[in-house]
Amino acid sequence: MAKELNTDYWDKDLVKAEEPREYNTLNVGPTHPATHGVFQNVMLMDGEFIVSTEQTIGYIHRAFEKIAERRPFYQITPLTDRLNYCSAPLNNMGWHMTVEKLLGIEIPKRVDYLRIIIMELSRIADHVICNSVIGVDSGALTGFTYIFQDREFIYEIYEEICGSRLTTNMGRIGGFERNFSPKVWDKIRYFLKTFPAKLQELENLLVRNRIFMDRTINVGAFSAERALAYGFTGPNLRACGVDYDIRVMNPYCSYDEFDFIVPVGQSGDTYDRFMVRQEEMKQSISIIRQALDKLDKMEDKETYFAKDPRFVLPPKEKVYNNMEALIWHFKIVMGETDIPAGEVYHCIEAANGELGFYLVSDGGRTPSRLHFRRPCFIYYQAYPEMVKGNMLSDAILTMSSMNVIAGELDA
Amino acid sequence: MFEIIPERNQLVVKKLTDCFGESIERSEVLADMLCLTVKSAVIQEVIFFLHNDKELQFNFLTTLCGMHYPDREQLGVVYHLHSFENNHRIRIKTEVPLSDPKLSTITTIWPSANWQERETFEFYGIIFEGHPNLQRILNVDDMEGFPMRKDFPLEDQTRDDKDDSFFGR
Repeated sequence: MAKELNTDYWDKDLVKAEEPREYNTLNVGPTHPATHGVFQNVMLMDGEFIVSTEQTIGYIHRAFEKIAERRPFYQITPLTDRLNYCSAPLNNMGWHMTVEKLLGIEIPKRVDYLRIIIMELSRIADHVICNSVIGVDSGALTGFTYIFQDREFIYEIYEEICGSRLTTNMGRIGGFERNFSPKVWDKIRYFLKTFPAKLQELENLLVRNRIFMDRTINVGAFSAERALAYGFTGPNLRACGVDYDIRVMNPYCSYDEFDFIVPVGQSGDTYDRFMVRQEEMKQSISIIRQALDKLDKMEDKETYFAKDPRFVLPPKEKVYNNMEALIWHFKIVMGETDIPAGEVYHCIEAANGELGFYLVSDGGRTPSRLHFRRPCFIYYQAYPEMVKGNMLSDAILTMSSMNVIAGELDA
Repeated sequence: MFEIIPERNQLVVKKLTDCFGESIERSEVLADMLCLTVKSAVIQEVIFFLHNDKELQFNFLTTLCGMHYPDREQLGVVYHLHSFENNHRIRIKTEVPLSDPKLSTITTIWPSANWQERETFEFYGIIFEGHPNLQRILNVDDMEGFPMRKDFPLEDQTRDDKDDSFFGR
């Protein structure tokens, strides 16, 4: 007689198993190619499923908040470069606007529009990296290699404006260091002409790709309620379905004159985050076009800084020939200009979310306290909850779609 | 600039003083934001109240950070809250004595406060009671001292020729 089939174990799933399960510990990072930055995750694995994750951060902590307490205002701009180094001009502009808010400087419209062009360009540069890297982590390297040419082109535009590429230190308190050259305008127009087609190409490679969809849809999904509790902002929050965008909620830098859509997702999964960033890039292009139109209509083509001598370097000819200008040049460079006492909080919609600056001044030449609200630092806490029960390969994708930047995380 | 909404600000102040009375020490509008100074003993209750009130709806913790006031021998914590519903931002300040820096945690209200409180503990040595895992986060575990306090030197601590007065302060 045939032995009766034992069906007992059929309905025993992972949790109900009576024997104690054996877990493995897996170190992902600190220098793993898939983490895209220096941070460590110690994962407790049940086979290929993640049971729990313990995060270690701070590998590139550089004590920016402490250093900022000893630096005059101009010397803090290079520190902000190194927060989210994928979109440094955004951080620069955010910092300058914070100081302007404290000083109460009135900014000319033309400067606002120039800033918007730069900010939207750097948002595109940031999202391009994030979205193409999601492709790389799911096994599609091609899009990444193509689209990086355009990111390179954005860096060339930065270079034309301020002379540097990655850590730009762009602009001044009150505006820009010089007017945009004709070459800059040519490059921006060329970029606007060629980039949308390339972006579409990237989208065609991935959006309806069966492998990509299977790897990203419903992976790392997060509810809007939990996302708010965890302090999500930016594209990650919008992917969960909350239409919170500071450019609309608290318009700064004349964003209220522009017409654009705030894209939102539904389920907050990796695919939604990808799609939200993709749409944001298209909106950024439209914003840049609108800004160019507005600039074309303006008669004034020369203003590039506010009329406030306290923070704007005098022209070089005057510095060499005029005593007063030389004194001001020296005072500004050495940070000897007076700052009124007071405290302000200013935030901008950076590529990753709400980048905030809480600046307290006691009237000295340096801030008495400067706190950076770094979006990565706040939302990366949710990572263990997002990947719990997922597979390791999905956890990698979740991380790259969150766009965690080590510089911003560790400050 | 954030939009200043006087009615909203007055409503927040009124509701809080009705509920907590003397514990709300000061309220002022600094630049474009309402700023409240609250006694440290009630900070958790105040924030819980603001979070749960049906009219105020401060549903989002923007950021929290530590402060050091060396002349008063006090440490402080500054909270920035945001109500998405009313698009209203406020700032809450509280102070604790340097000799006994203890404060209730708000991780029970927002899990996002977890790392921010750890960072504040690490930088200023403020102990958040009830925090699930109050350890150093950005620096090494066996670090001594609290680096963001004003008496902590920025430059190399083993050298005495690098005086802070050379560096602006």
